[in-house]
Formats: sequence, C-alpha cells, structure tokens
Amino acid sequence: MSSMAKEAHQRVGLLQGTLDMLILRTLLYGPAHGHQIGKHIQRTTNEFLQMQHGSLYPALHRLERRGWVVSKWETAPDRNREFKYYRLTEKGRKQLVVEESQWKQMAEAVARVMWPAAEEN
Amino acid sequence: MKWWQFKKRDADLERELRSDLELEEEERREGGISEEEARYAALRAFGNPTLIREQTLAVWPWNWLESLARDLRFSLRTLCRTPAFSVIAILVMALGIGANVALFTVVRGVLLKPLPFDDPDHLVMLYEAGLHEDDTAGSNPVSGGMYDEWKKQNRSYSSLALAKGIRVGLSASGGQLPEKLYSALFSWDMLRTLGVQPALGRDFTQADDNPAASGTVLLSWGMWKRRFGGDPAILNQTIHLDAKPYTVIGVMPAWFDFPDPSTQLWTPVYHDKPEDEMTSFSNHMFRVVGRLKPGVSVSQGVADLSVISQTTHNAHLNDPLIFQSARSRPLLEHIVGEIKKPLYVLLEATCCLLLIACLNVANLLVARAAARRKELAIRTALGGGWLRLIGERLMECLLLSVSGGALGLLLAFAALHWLMQTHHDMSRVESVHFDGVVAAFTVGVIVLCALFSGLIAAFSTSDKRILGALHEASRSVSGGNARPTLRKTLLTLEVGLTVILLIGAGLLLKSYERLRSADMGCLTKDVITMHLGIPDARYPTPAQRANFYDTLLERVRALPGVDAAGFATVVPGQGYQMDWTFSIVEHPPLPQGFGQFALSRWADPKYFHAMGIPILRGRTFDGGKRLDSANEVVISQSFASQYFPGEDPLDKHLRVRGKDTVIVGIVGDTRYAIGETPKPVQYYPLGAGVETVGTLVIRSSRGLEQFALPVQSIVSEMDPDLPVSDVLTMNQLLGQSTLDQSFNAALLAAFATLSLALAAVGLFGVMSYIAAQRTTEIGIRVALGAKREQVMRKMLLDGMRPAAIGLVVGLAASLEAGELMRDLLFEIKPLDPTVYAAVAATLLAVAAFACIVPAWRASRLDPMQALRAE
Repeated sequence: MSSMAKEAHQRVGLLQGTLDMLILRTLLYGPAHGHQIGKHIQRTTNEFLQMQHGSLYPALHRLERRGWVVSKWETAPDRNREFKYYRLTEKGRKQLVVEESQWKQMAEAVARVMWPAAEEN
Repeated sequence: MKWWQFKKRDADLERELRSDLELEEEERREGGISEEEARYAALRAFGNPTLIREQTLAVWPWNWLESLARDLRFSLRTLCRTPAFSVIAILVMALGIGANVALFTVVRGVLLKPLPFDDPDHLVMLYEAGLHEDDTAGSNPVSGGMYDEWKKQNRSYSSLALAKGIRVGLSASGGQLPEKLYSALFSWDMLRTLGVQPALGRDFTQADDNPAASGTVLLSWGMWKRRFGGDPAILNQTIHLDAKPYTVIGVMPAWFDFPDPSTQLWTPVYHDKPEDEMTSFSNHMFRVVGRLKPGVSVSQGVADLSVISQTTHNAHLNDPLIFQSARSRPLLEHIVGEIKKPLYVLLEATCCLLLIACLNVANLLVARAAARRKELAIRTALGGGWLRLIGERLMECLLLSVSGGALGLLLAFAALHWLMQTHHDMSRVESVHFDGVVAAFTVGVIVLCALFSGLIAAFSTSDKRILGALHEASRSVSGGNARPTLRKTLLTLEVGLTVILLIGAGLLLKSYERLRSADMGCLTKDVITMHLGIPDARYPTPAQRANFYDTLLERVRALPGVDAAGFATVVPGQGYQMDWTFSIVEHPPLPQGFGQFALSRWADPKYFHAMGIPILRGRTFDGGKRLDSANEVVISQSFASQYFPGEDPLDKHLRVRGKDTVIVGIVGDTRYAIGETPKPVQYYPLGAGVETVGTLVIRSSRGLEQFALPVQSIVSEMDPDLPVSDVLTMNQLLGQSTLDQSFNAALLAAFATLSLALAAVGLFGVMSYIAAQRTTEIGIRVALGAKREQVMRKMLLDGMRPAAIGLVVGLAASLEAGELMRDLLFEIKPLDPTVYAAVAATLLAVAAFACIVPAWRASRLDPMQALRAE
C-alpha cells in the first residue's frame, strides 16, 4: 500500500470517534442537512475545526448505517429546495451519552497527565 | 441496504452532495462575489466531489461488488484491446479445462460414485484362491460345489449369490428374427443380495431356481423396449431361449446392468445348468457376490470362507482341482477393475495438460505485464494500490479462465457425448453424467487456474521495480533480468511436463503397436468369423449335432470363392473360455492333490488348415471317426513341450473324464487373447457331437464381406430359428480386444501433441521477447563487429537452455511416471530406451525450431536500425 493511502487512513481513524460525537451532538438541536452540520461545527468552534467534507459525508453515512441517525429529503424552510435532512434516533441519543462520557473520561485522563499541578491545587 | 439498491444509493448521494454544494455556492454568492468566483470558492471548500462520493460509498457494505464490477469492466477493455492474446489464452485454457472436466466426470461416474445397490459398502465379490502358490493374485471363478459349502457353513455373510454371463439364442417370434444375446444366470437370491427390485413384475423365487421348475426370465429395460415395444403385456408371456420355453416374470430397471453392460436377460442358474455342474468342486465358472453381516470385516469374512475351502479340499483329496482358500474384494473394484488404472493415468495426463496450459497463460501474462510495465509503473506512482493492481491482474485471469472454462465445458460435453457413443460397453458408463459435484469441480478448476496463472503474473511485477521501470523509460539497453528468468523457469517446467506426457504417450503407442503385431499363431488376414450355435433342446443326440456341422461345412465350402472353411468352439483371440483336466495314460499317476489342465477346444479336421495353424508333426483328425469312435486328440506345441519334455507325444494317450484319446498331431501355438502368452491347448474332434456352440471360420482371398449373407441363408435353410451373430473378420475380432489400448494410446498421444505445441508456442514467445528486448544490445554487438553466426548461436543457446534443462527434469520424472504405467504396457519396459531417445530428439527438434526464427531475426538486425529503435 502506498504511503499516501496509509496516511489518509490514519487521519480518519484519529478523528472518527470524535467527529461522530460532534455530529450526534449537533443533531440534538434538531434535524439538519450535511452542509448545516458542517457549518455549525465550524462556527461553534470559532473556525478552529475546519470541516473536511471528505470526512463529514462518510461519517454521516456511517452513522446512518449504524442506525444512530435517519435521513429524509425535506424542503428547507428558508430555500425553496429539498435537502437531505438527518435526524437523531433513540439509539443515536443513547450512543451520544455513551460517547460523551467516554470523551469526558478521556479528557480528564489526558488532563491529569498533562497538568498534574492543576490537580494538586 | 441490499446490493441491488446500490445504484439508488449512489444517485441519492450524488444529489445530496450536489444540493449541499449548490447551497455553499449560493451562500458565497450572497456574500457578494461573482458567480464564477463563488463556484470555484465553493469547490475549493468542498474538495473533490467524486472522491468524497467514493469514500462515502465505501462506508456501505456491498461496495466491494461495485469495485469488482469496475475491475471487470477494466479487465474486459484490456483483454479486448489485445484480441490475439485473449483468444490464444482462452483456447489454451479451454483445452486444459475441457479435458480435465470430461475425464473427471468419467472418473467420478465410474470410480467414485457408489454402486447403485442397497448399502454397497457391504457387498463383496468372492473368488477361490490358493490352488497353486502363485495363484493368489488371480480372481478365480468359484465352483458350484464350493459355493454350496460356503453358503451352508459360513457365519459372516447375510447372503451369498451366484452369477454367470452366458450367451443364449432367442427364437424368432412375432415377425422378429432369431438373435444371439448376452444373458446372465443368477441364483434366485442375487437381486435380494444386491438390494434391487425389478421395475416391472416380480423377482425370482426359490421355487423358480431348480431343474424341475418351469423356466422364468427377467428382461433388461433396453431389451423390453427394443424387442417387445415396451409393452407391459409381455409379463407372463412365453419366449423361447435356446428352444426352451421361459415365462417373462419381470423387467429390470434401465440402469441395472449386472454382471456387465451387455447383459439383456437373466435366468435362474439352478434351473438352467445341469446338476452335476452345479455340484462340481473342480468346475470353476461362477461369480459369487456376498453381503457381509453388519460388524463383520472383509478379512474376517474371507478367513471364514477359507477355513471352509480348506476343509472341503481335505475331504476330497482325490480331486486335484479344489481350491484351498478364498479371496474377496469390494464389488465396485471388481466391476471397474480393468478400467481403473488407465482412467487414473489419463486423469494425471489431463492434469499435466492443465498445468501446462496455466503455465503458458502465465507466461503470456508475464510477457504482457512486461509490455505494460510503464503503464503499471505510472499507475503505482500515482497511488494505485498494490492490491488493486493484483486484483486487476487476477480479474483478467479469472475472465480468461471463465471464458476458457465455458468453452472447455462445451468441449467436455462433446467429448463425453462421443465417449458414450463409442464406448457404451465400458463398465458403469451409464453413471457418467454432469452433476453438482462435477459443476463444483469445474468452478474449482477455473478459480485455481485463474489464481495460479494470475498470481505468477502479478508477482512478476512487484512495486519494488517501479522506479527502475520509470528510469528505464528513457533509454533501455537491455531489459531487466528478473522477468526473463521467471519466464525461463516457467518454460523449463512446461517442457518438463511435456516430456512426461510425451514419454507416457510414446510408451503406450509402442505397447499398442507391439500388441497389434503380436503373432497370434494363426492367419489374421483373409479370414472371416461368424458365431453360431445349435440349441441342445432341438439337437439332443450327438449324431444330430455332428450331422448339422458336417452339412453346414460342406455347403459353406461349396460357396464360390471360399478357399477353406472350418469350425471350432473357440478361435484365437476369443479368450480363455474353457479348460479341462487330463492325465497321461503312459505316465505314472501324479501324487494326490496334483492335477494337470490345459485349454480345451473342439474343431473339425480342416479347421487348422482354414485358420493357417501349422501342423508341425503327425496329422489332423481322421474325418471318418465320428461320434463314439472319435478317439483322437491334437495338441499344441507348448502342450508337447510342457507335458512331454524329451519324449515323443505322438501315439501317447490322454485320459479326460474317463475316456482315453490318442494324440495324432502337434499344431503350432496360438494366443487365446491378444497380449497373452500362448498356453497349452488340447483339440478334440467336433465330429464327436459333444459341443454345440462355436465359431465358423472362412478363408478367402476375394472379399470377405460377401460371405455373410450366403452363409446366413444356408443356416436359415437348415434351421430357420438359428441366429448367426458377430460376423467379424479376424482383424476386427482382434481389433475389438485392443480397442481400449488403442483408445488410451490415441488419447494420451493427443494430449502429448497438444502440450508439445503449447511448449513450442511458449518457447517461441519467450525467445521473441528476449530478442526484442536485446535489440539494442545486439545492434551494438553487430556494429562492433560481432559475426552474425555468433549472434545467432548465442541466441539459440539462450533459448535452448531452458528446453534442455526441462528435458532432463522431464526424463527424470518420467522414470517415476513410467513405473505407474507398468501394468498398462505389453512386452515393453517402462524404461524403453527407444521411446526415451525419440522423445528427447523430438523435443529438442521442436525447441530448436521454435528458437530459430527469433534467433535468425535477431542475427539479421541492421545495427543502424537497432540503435535508432529507441
């Protein structure tokens, strides 16, 4: 396998879980289409996370395949066109809780190693 | 999602991406920039939509199917671009796969499928054994008396049943001509032992199977359809066999052909055979089928019977011809016995052929890969995955072998159809047909071929050499070494396998030629034979029988064009048939338990003259001594040398069945079957009126076929109910018994020729390739003053080396393979020097021929052209 392909593979792997969680969290506000989700994550993080469409759509389809979201073509309220809206399922809500708590544990663990002094205070 | 929704999913995704992209574009436009700029900005932000689409689709299962379809399309295009290559590769594969599938179908049908009987694993064929110490290997028929003892005393078999193949004459009836048929005698419990029921009517019962019962007969399905129009009303009708009445009690299923495929009728044995033959211990003539009791092993069963045989032998020490033990083998092995070995040899030959075909296709693919080197290198450099490239190569091979396989399947169908037509008397030929297992085998062979040739080709282009290939692109003086080496190795293998096939074919052909030219001890040209027999029932007295044959021969000899005519119970080439024990009156009696026997034949006085069997000493029978006064015997040369060593046999007396006869002549040896060594024979005069069935021989130098009709009309004038059958010239008669050998030899020769052609094509291809690669090098050499002969010699040597190594490897392997064929060979050793020498010479000649054209072309190169070629 060429080195290029290998790199791409690693990057996806690194972001995969996180991106899934961010998408699920975004959908907690209500149904949204791909463009909105990407824009929302980008805006909320003050453009810190540049949304890669090459990751976003595979992630959305992955979530759909797992049954955490469902999709439907609906007319957007502000534009007279149909978009593919994703909606959180009950299974997706539960998954969000799981992932959130995992992420929290992870962040705390990382924090303890990185800033041990802060904990002593 | 299911795979068939894939298209829909793809379209849906495309729409999703488009609508989101448009939205992005709109938003940018709303930000106040020009339409064109907005579009570019949106695309920049979005990335490559096609790539996103591919990556997103990869999330779903069944995506691999889509990529498979893509590979398929690509491979199809690649193959269509080089039709010559594809056609050759497909044809090569078709031949290899077709031959394998056809032969596997036969092997499966004949050797691997269980017999269609009930619980066939418990069925065994039983033989007598151990009369002489070297007799243990034979498969001796069982005597009626011993069968009786076995049946009464054994504790190992739930049943034992008797069978014997015979020929009977079916009388004319309902406007149909009389005919001679192959028939079988069964003891009443044979069908029960096998676990088979008649398709119509009933089985024999114990009450049918004794001399007092009225005759009963079972018909074969084919006979019922052919002769009686498939009319069920035939049940309980009476037909006449050898002029005796038999009631039809049933019709056997179409598949039933025990004991052999030509059997058309079955009758009860104890009803048909005289009681003395059924109780004799020394008249070995029956096949015995046993069904082992559950839990009893084959060897336990044999041991049980052997004890009974030994006891019986000990109780009758005055009879020297009672065997002392028993042998058995599975029924299937008995039935397929003779055909097993040739089939396996042929199967191995087809495997060789398939391997050669695969090697050749791999070789072609490697050559093509070399030609496509730059394309592949560029694709790899641009990020084409290694697996993806191998996958494509495999897909190409799969396409080749699937098309080859499809074509091969057609070939196999044709071959099997032909085999059924020409070899319908082969054992179990009716169970040969395509079924699930054969289909699975075909698919397996196709996949294996694709993997084998594909992987060889794929690994010849590993990505390590990409950079090299790209570098070479600018100026290559000579191609890399690796691939020619690989191709030469493949070629060496191919040549080696070809040599094995050639040697195998050579041995069989030579053996066949020996067989056909073996001296039968009699004329084989200008002699025609006809089988006929008079039923005992209508000719009950010896005088009637003797008169019939006297009249017949007299009238036949009077036909214009007949040089000589005679009659004998068995003529050379018709098999062993019958032997009799004898004692020599002038010799002291043999010790108790010893006996002498020789083949026995009945002949009229002029038979020897008609058959061209030389009378070495003495004279033939005196035609005037007939019936009871016929007391003469003629013996063969080997009889004389074996039983009268160092003395004159003439005027000595043989005692047979209590009757003394005087030896009046010694005739030349004959072979009872082609390929058998001559055995001692005793000839008795037909004029005694004992025998009733035999073969009429006519010698004429003027067109043998013209006699068939006149003889038939003579016979029907004498007895309208008498069939004449098997009208064969002596050559045809002998040809029939060598049919299998000629078939095997021809088949193997065809395979060998084919593989020789394939090897030559491979050699030619490799040499042309090497020559093309070295064009520049040769140009420089010639420009620097190398002689053309030198260039040619070097190229020739280069090409001949793999051929020579392959030849040595092949010859070495043939030593082993030849051993395997030992049983199939007649009068030649597996290590026949002339065959080996001929094969080596042929192969080298063909290899040289394949190499010489590229080498010559290379030596003719114009150095300027060659150097400019790059």
